[in-house]
Amino acid sequence: MAPRRFQITLQGHGAASAYEGERALVALERAQGFGQLKNLPRRLPVGCRRGGCGVCRVRVLAGEYRSDLMSRSHVSAEDEEAGVVLACCIYPRSDLSLRLETPVAVKARGERALQPV
Amino acid sequence: MAITGIMRPGFIQIRVLDVPAAVEFYTKRIGLHQVTEGPDGRVYLKSADEFDHHSIVLRRADQAGVDAAAFKCREDSDLDHYEKRVKDYGVAVDHVKAGEQPGIGRRIGFTIPSGHRIELYAHADQSDPKPRIHNPDVWELEPHGMAARRLDHSLLYGPDIEKNLDFFEKALDFRCAERVDMPDGLLAIWLTCGMKAHDIAFVKHAEPGKLHHVAFELENWNAVGHAADIITHYEISVDIGPTRHGITRGQTIYFFDPSGNRCEVFAGGYTYYPDLPTRTWDETQIGKGIFYYERQLNPAFLSVVS
Repeated sequence: MAPRRFQITLQGHGAASAYEGERALVALERAQGFGQLKNLPRRLPVGCRRGGCGVCRVRVLAGEYRSDLMSRSHVSAEDEEAGVVLACCIYPRSDLSLRLETPVAVKARGERALQPV
Repeated sequence: MAITGIMRPGFIQIRVLDVPAAVEFYTKRIGLHQVTEGPDGRVYLKSADEFDHHSIVLRRADQAGVDAAAFKCREDSDLDHYEKRVKDYGVAVDHVKAGEQPGIGRRIGFTIPSGHRIELYAHADQSDPKPRIHNPDVWELEPHGMAARRLDHSLLYGPDIEKNLDFFEKALDFRCAERVDMPDGLLAIWLTCGMKAHDIAFVKHAEPGKLHHVAFELENWNAVGHAADIITHYEISVDIGPTRHGITRGQTIYFFDPSGNRCEVFAGGYTYYPDLPTRTWDETQIGKGIFYYERQLNPAFLSVVS
């Protein structure tokens, strides 16, 4: 049976097709590759893709998902409760709406979230 | 014997979020073997081409990263010698009893200016699998996965690497094989205690105590290609490569373990002798130094660490 297909909306930038069991970040990277994410002033933040580095922090504004373990250096228990997660560690269970968040380490340095393309 | 004192990287203790996933990754994919699991849940791994008890320690934690990088010394008396040298330098030394890790003798430990814990030890039991020493075959146990032959080095990120350089040269007898100097100062150093182009390396970074990667040595460039095939087949998160470093000349691929700790498998690199001068790089050629074929840093090189 084909996996269920969802839509992930990245606020202000467009939408990506995502499949059940697929990391949300992987779906966003694919959409970026196809040029489907518009008005991205900067590169989609992609790091280790496995929950350790924290650069792909997002806030889930709406939708259902499941998640893998994520490094507490980057997502506190309170963050997780509030839907602040790493896009590489969540898997959609419905359509999702996400907003990019500033990574913890970048925020600590008082810098902006994303790197120039 | 020309190499005395600190000989080589012995083991590194890595924090992982999910131990079973990490064990599967480091054994089936990197090609290591599990030696044992300790009573506290830490898992000890080695390459079949290594004699010593273990070279990788996996500790379950809620944050990824590195606990300690440990170097093996030639003699037990070296531990007393370096304890005095480190204390005389002005750095506090602590002691870890023999057996705190299975098969490993007493250790001394200290924290360097970049915020990393470094340990020294002189004794390790041998463990199986290991090479035979009488009429040995090229391998005793058939290589699997990426066929890593040994833990080779680590690259660590933190502040004050000028101080690290001075400390490693003056207190630990390391030499600087290569360095990158940017207009605003020292960016990176590759340090050796033996005949490899690097045994440990540091890059300047605001946050202390971070891990950039742990590296395993492979037999040759073909093995790096095979590792790349494994990375794709098993959907391992890849960072960059296969490519080559200008610095050290290693042929390499970077990828991430299931907790987001970066790993490297690489082949080649030049032989270092203690009389060789330090090779230096500047801002104009830094891209070629780090990734020789791309000739530019990828966005993750200076920003993605665990």
